[in-house]
Amino acid sequence: MRKLLSAMTGLAGGMMLSSQAIAQELRNPAEEWEHLWNEVIMDITVIGIIMAVAAVWMLIKYRATSPDQVGTAKKLTTVQSITFALIPASIFMADDFYLAANGWTVWNAYRRVPENAMEIKVTAYQWYFEFEYPDGTVVDASPEEAGQLGQALKIPAGQPVVFRMTSEDVIHSFGLPYYRVKEDVMPGRITYVWVNPVKEQTEAVLQCAEFCGTYHSVMANPLHAVPQDEFDTWLAAKADE
Amino acid sequence: MSTPTTTAGHHDVPAWKEWILTTDHKRIGVLYLIGSMAAFGVAGIMALIIRAEQMQLGMQIVSSGDQYNSFLYFHGAAMILAFLIPGLTGFAANYFLPLMIGARDVAFPRINAFSVWLFYFAIVLALLSFVIPDAPDIMWTGYPPYSVTTGGNTSFYVFTVHLLGFSSILGAVNFLVTVIYMRAPGMGWNQLNVFVWTTVAAFVIQLVFIPVLAAAVTLLLFDKYLGTHFYDPSAGGDVLLYQNLFWFYSHPAVYVIFLPAVGILFDIMATMAKNRVFNYKAAVYAGIWGIVGIAGIVWVHHLYIAGMPDWIRLGHMVTTLLISVPVGILTLSLWGTLYKGAITYNTAMMYAASCLYLILLGGLTGIPLAIPSMTLHLSETSYVHAHFHFIMALFSAFALFAGIYYWFPKMSGRYADGGMATLSFWLNFIGVNVTFWPLFVIGKEGMPRRYWDYAMFKDAEVLGYSFEDYHMVATIGAATIAVGMLLQTINFIYSAFAGKPAPANPWNSKSLEWTHTVSPPGPGNFGDTDVVVDENWSPYEYGSK
Repeated sequence: MRKLLSAMTGLAGGMMLSSQAIAQELRNPAEEWEHLWNEVIMDITVIGIIMAVAAVWMLIKYRATSPDQVGTAKKLTTVQSITFALIPASIFMADDFYLAANGWTVWNAYRRVPENAMEIKVTAYQWYFEFEYPDGTVVDASPEEAGQLGQALKIPAGQPVVFRMTSEDVIHSFGLPYYRVKEDVMPGRITYVWVNPVKEQTEAVLQCAEFCGTYHSVMANPLHAVPQDEFDTWLAAKADE
Repeated sequence: MSTPTTTAGHHDVPAWKEWILTTDHKRIGVLYLIGSMAAFGVAGIMALIIRAEQMQLGMQIVSSGDQYNSFLYFHGAAMILAFLIPGLTGFAANYFLPLMIGARDVAFPRINAFSVWLFYFAIVLALLSFVIPDAPDIMWTGYPPYSVTTGGNTSFYVFTVHLLGFSSILGAVNFLVTVIYMRAPGMGWNQLNVFVWTTVAAFVIQLVFIPVLAAAVTLLLFDKYLGTHFYDPSAGGDVLLYQNLFWFYSHPAVYVIFLPAVGILFDIMATMAKNRVFNYKAAVYAGIWGIVGIAGIVWVHHLYIAGMPDWIRLGHMVTTLLISVPVGILTLSLWGTLYKGAITYNTAMMYAASCLYLILLGGLTGIPLAIPSMTLHLSETSYVHAHFHFIMALFSAFALFAGIYYWFPKMSGRYADGGMATLSFWLNFIGVNVTFWPLFVIGKEGMPRRYWDYAMFKDAEVLGYSFEDYHMVATIGAATIAVGMLLQTINFIYSAFAGKPAPANPWNSKSLEWTHTVSPPGPGNFGDTDVVVDENWSPYEYGSK
């Protein structure tokens, strides 16, 4: 019961926290994802270990000693039957609401785009992405040769970036494992993801994550977060191309 | 029953004709078993090719991305539609459900025969996709617009789904009528085997949801070949309509596979532990029917990254997490059935015990995927791939294998147990862990599903090892499973003809298929005497003598 109560308060608290967060701090979804991941893994590991130990213990302890031996479990009374249904139901329900509340909080970090985010328009094609930066520069990130990975794309570090995305042919997905985010890119619809590149990096990969045909496996680009001046130089060079 | 329901026993009829024309539910069950194991074999070979291709960076095994995609399509579609569903609701339900309820056959034996031949036509159609030049390459999900614009032959997919769906709907009607009207006199609802309950639940799901899938793929066919625009946004269609309709069936379809597998486990564990099912009524009414009740309101968790409105994604997060309530109740009953039991170990029980591990691992790794904010990253990675293989593919397949070992003496009069069975069990069990654990690890770091190459990750490392190393380990695991499955198949075939003879009730079960008929049962199942049970009878009553 206490766990249920704490889950309920967790739910309410989660909602309050997230509504306060709208205007205030700049959140980092990737970091919050990692935090929630650790929490969920801890949760399922504890349940898993308890159940596994119980199973192994019974499988060993209750081995038959003679062929005619039968089990001695008693038939449950009605009260026991109901109790043994309600106990797991309430434990799991409490855990569910607890996880749902935490999941919701992180969800808000993912879906609420900061007002100062730089907007990049993304158009997906079979099999490459095209970026349009706020100054109108269009960077076609297709590979030099079919079957190769695409060229590197850049975003400025320390600046939240929102990608507004659509597709010109089939469904693709804009996957950024480094930033722990992904959303489908569809014809006739506009979807978005935003990232908070708090530090410079040259290891992130943009990959298509929804099956899209022959070269789906190589529809990917490096996505570097670089210092503002390096980004400006790169973009200016791209504008000249 | 005076009307003959089988051609078996007419000794002037040649054997092949007896099998082709049979309306006997047991022979139809065996036909389903043979068909589904054949599909398993071919789809398994596809899996080996896929794994071998992923073992190293670059393209080594397949000749093109399109060929790899068509192998992936066949692996997924055949494993789900032609192995797991027909294996569990075709083979196991056909052969054992009528025996368990004391019926002499199903309600409509000829329709039953029609169902199995529809299934065979579907398998032939699926296999033909290998010899046509434009093999389907749309994955088992067939999302438009890709499935409409691709050069691959989407109609093979659509017609295969039609045939299997038709077969399943006929089967559903047949078995629901059979269980409602043909139980042995005196057999109340609370005296049914758990397997009977799970089969009823699975067929209720099939009956309610298959028409939706049939509609979805039919509109796909129209879009591709008749120029309609149901799924084409450029002409006013909706690009997400198909995904919603598809998963509205295909998530419940997971329970069509999962529930009968759980039912088989309950029957094996109660028999081998000589124990009553723990909290039977909770398992049936809250567990099994709870799952059926929630099955139709969780499908959006397959569309967490598909740009659905936020409130729907959050709503389905709650319903999806709540699946753990009925599943938790079922699990407690499964565990409780061992409590104070007297467990005998054999191959069936070893497979059943391994299923306890698989249901834990597969079920619990689904919890992160129920949460949309987690899934924004995990979706479409090999983490998902490993999760659904553990819970849907491996748990259900291992439960089915447990069932085959358990019922082998009933079907053939011989044991399938022995050194070869034990060896193949361990190879399979170790193999699945070696194959799928690495995929959890690299999936969490971003390894995508459905890729034949992962050059973008060639420098990435997890715990000091490259993605390629993990794929190497997974491929070794797949090879181990291949050896295990091969040995197991040889063992089944050998044991069917030359295995150690078994008595009529080798496990001392209390269930009707063991207590009231010979092995294998003849036409009409129970000889001259109809089965009648009293209110104290139960398939799980071992203690009270």
